[in-house]
Amino acid sequence: MASDKVQTINDAAFKTTVSSNVPCLVDFWAPWCGPCKAIGPVIEDLAEEYAGKVTILKMNVDDNPVTPGKFGIRAIPTLILFKNGEVVDQITGAVGKKQLVDLINKAL
Amino acid sequence: MNKTHYELIILGSGPAGLAAGLYAARARIDHLLIEKGAAGGQVLLTDWVDNYPGFPDGLTGFELAEKMEAHARRFGLNTLTANVVSMDLLQTPKQLTLEDGEQLSCNALIICSGARPQRLGIPGEIEFSGKGVSYCATCDAPFYRDMHVAVVGGGNTAVQEASHLTKFASQVTLIHRRDSLRATKVVQERAFANNKIDFIWDSQVIAIEGGKGVERLRLRDTAGKETTLAVDGIFILIGVIPNNEMLPLQLLKAEDGGFIPTDTETRTAVPGVFAAGDIRSKEMRQIVNAAGEGATAVLAAEYYLNNLTP
Repeated sequence: MASDKVQTINDAAFKTTVSSNVPCLVDFWAPWCGPCKAIGPVIEDLAEEYAGKVTILKMNVDDNPVTPGKFGIRAIPTLILFKNGEVVDQITGAVGKKQLVDLINKAL
Repeated sequence: MNKTHYELIILGSGPAGLAAGLYAARARIDHLLIEKGAAGGQVLLTDWVDNYPGFPDGLTGFELAEKMEAHARRFGLNTLTANVVSMDLLQTPKQLTLEDGEQLSCNALIICSGARPQRLGIPGEIEFSGKGVSYCATCDAPFYRDMHVAVVGGGNTAVQEASHLTKFASQVTLIHRRDSLRATKVVQERAFANNKIDFIWDSQVIAIEGGKGVERLRLRDTAGKETTLAVDGIFILIGVIPNNEMLPLQLLKAEDGGFIPTDTETRTAVPGVFAAGDIRSKEMRQIVNAAGEGATAVLAAEYYLNNLTP
């Protein structure tokens, strides 16, 4: 079940999008990455549950090298939570839903 | 979700769980497979699978996981994405509690919860996780183009992934605490023939250091001598630990670090509870035997269910 609540984002739109006062959770992923695929359904669930409260975004690091480089990302999936353009916290690896909910709650 | 009781629940969607799901679906057993995320388990961490029979050209772990899932789905595999946090196996029927508090029950349970990469437990490991420390070469290798990385371990995963990393990194240093590798010979031969891989024997990594990211490792050899190795990243591939947090370990008589012992038919110490794949206490953890055990577990579970007094 693909959710239309998860938006994709690119390098060009990144700064404006995460500068919002609505918290943004960005999932840095790539098509070759198994664990990224593994957490896909969880990300979609979260997008449904937090619709309107948190913006859930996915950035393909293959197509967008600038932003991952800027944030020193050297492992995927990495999920970074932003509020007003600032990093609130981040998490790496195919973690469980509870850990992601705990992460999101740090910005609410 | 309305239905909360099933004849058979399969916990986990790696190769053991998917094989069990395939056999359960084909046997038309009233079943549910509970998966945490997308199907595949640790196969998803594997860049290339060259030893699964029936695929003479090899395939990516990703592709194999997709094929296994599609195969079980073709026969009507029934799945739920959820996280089981605890269970009561002494009740009839057996009770499983999900993270959201919901309860499911079953007459027979096949545990295929698998395992996850072991950590070294050294200073810097958590601090630099995702910033140079990785447990998945297939995920993170492309971030190390033309860089120098270390791989820790001497088993199949470590040695195979060291070879994979040379597609990106300029130099790969394999650090092993013994003086020889445990990996399968053909995997070793490839690594020894690869001029981008060098070896540091009889040594352990005792600390990971750096600034924004990993910059160097502190090593200690078996004689006690300490040295420093400058690297851009470290891949820790030293084996697995069981995903057993939701299991009643005492009841299941867990052994050697929390793996679940079974008989040859995958029966655990608890009647009606079976274990298959990497969660089982055993010597060899391979995709092919995980799948085989999943099939065996369904046959054993079916026999158990058929002999339950109504």
